[in-house]
Amino acid sequence: MSYTLKLRIWRGDSDGGEIQDFPVEVSDGEVVLDAIHRVQATQAGDLAVRWNCKAGKCGSCSAEVNGRPRLMCMCRLSDFEQDETITVTPMRTFPVIRDLVTDVSFNYEKAKQLPAAKLGPRDADGKRRMAQVDVERGQEFRKCIECFLCQDVCHVVRDHEDNKEAFAGPRFFLRYAELDMHPLDTHDRRELAQGAAGLGMCNITKCCTEVCPEGIKITDNAIIPMKERVVDRKFDPLVWLGNKIGLRNKDVEGRTEV
Amino acid sequence: MPTTDHGVTSPSRARIGERTLRQDRWWLQPLTTFVVFSAFVVYATVRAFMGRDYYASPYLSPFYSPCLGDCVEGASDFGQPFAWWPLSAALIILIFPLGFRMTCYYYRKAYYRAFWLSPPACGVAEPHGAYSGETRLPLVLQNVHRYFWYAAVVVGLVLTFDVVLAFRPMPAEYAVGDGETSGIHMGLGTLLMIVNVVFIWLYTLSCHSCRHIVGGRLRHFSQHPVRYRLWTWVSRLNTSHGRWAWYSLFSVALVDLYIFLLATGTIQDLRFF
Repeated sequence: MSYTLKLRIWRGDSDGGEIQDFPVEVSDGEVVLDAIHRVQATQAGDLAVRWNCKAGKCGSCSAEVNGRPRLMCMCRLSDFEQDETITVTPMRTFPVIRDLVTDVSFNYEKAKQLPAAKLGPRDADGKRRMAQVDVERGQEFRKCIECFLCQDVCHVVRDHEDNKEAFAGPRFFLRYAELDMHPLDTHDRRELAQGAAGLGMCNITKCCTEVCPEGIKITDNAIIPMKERVVDRKFDPLVWLGNKIGLRNKDVEGRTEV
Repeated sequence: MPTTDHGVTSPSRARIGERTLRQDRWWLQPLTTFVVFSAFVVYATVRAFMGRDYYASPYLSPFYSPCLGDCVEGASDFGQPFAWWPLSAALIILIFPLGFRMTCYYYRKAYYRAFWLSPPACGVAEPHGAYSGETRLPLVLQNVHRYFWYAAVVVGLVLTFDVVLAFRPMPAEYAVGDGETSGIHMGLGTLLMIVNVVFIWLYTLSCHSCRHIVGGRLRHFSQHPVRYRLWTWVSRLNTSHGRWAWYSLFSVALVDLYIFLLATGTIQDLRFF
């Protein structure tokens, strides 16, 4: 069954723009991206929209649907009333290029600042080994599809443009946590996470977790554990003392601070 | 009118005037949190400063436990080392559960959203012009959470001991029938204290710092199987940390209110045996 969806789309570029009405015919089972494509095909051929897999795996079609950061391809129209107006805008944290397309290069700049894994020496037979339980720990973090919705919703940069320089954002705290929990990595990034990446600016209000289309528990499983690791490194006098007298050296054993 | 000139209305962003386009009732959750937390703070402050009606033998209010000041007879099971303290005995020990909750990762989320509107809800612009998070004083002190957790474990043990004491026979003046002052006693107060201490332990053991301490800080789970197992248990509890935070908040207030009503003679304890 089809019906006419009351769709509104922000159109414009960095010089300005506005939300325009695009009533469009849609069918049961469709998603917001289908409606956007139909508008593009029938009403606005020059509508700019970034998309790729249409399956929630490439992270390209990130936008805001009724003010909430969503993947358009994973946003079912059946989740809305048929007479409800749906407003689609570009992500509001990043510079707009045109229509629904934003410049997300902020994230790639932050990725460059994060030191990659530096593995220790191989075993005698030339292999590296990790126990299955240690491998499994990081699997959740590797589900990230880099849609950057968590970066978009994070109020630290969303509401404060001036924080962008000093704040890497939840997607990269996920990476910091993953590497810090990696048994074979030899970098100690705790100081870096707190300093250059701005982990201390996060006030754990959990919006990143709420919007993650992969269901990664970013706050509970990455940011808070990373904050606790930073406390070990910078704020806990007992841990400091333990390190000094050799009772608590497993945190830094075989690791070099970067 | 809140300003968001440095935020979603920054020059490079898509020009949209509204601070949010959300159409759902996003304000409901922070408003509820604000009202309930405020009510609790007012109630707890009044009760903490009252300095009376906190003990109805054998029940001791959790706000006053352990009662280390100049407490009424029978309330001080751990002595009175602060008998010289001129104010309410609750003020001596409440700093620990208060500090534990104030620095708790769940409560931080809740009150940053509800009280400081930073942000009020996801995708809703906050009203502040500048933001430094938890990098400076006083908020950098949130990092002492683990020390409050250690204290919270001690408080949990004390409250557990109070539950054991709540099975004691009641004194004669509370008896409502023949023979009710002898042997083990259990009343509605005992039951409420049991429920409270269960929620307190669930809340304490599901803490993120606890999760880190028992095993989260390790790099090799495989080399520490016992700690890994503990970590999986705490992790399971941790997924409901917010729920335990709310339940234990209600239960602690309810137990105190019940004991207050008993102590003032407003009601009589419902006795099971």
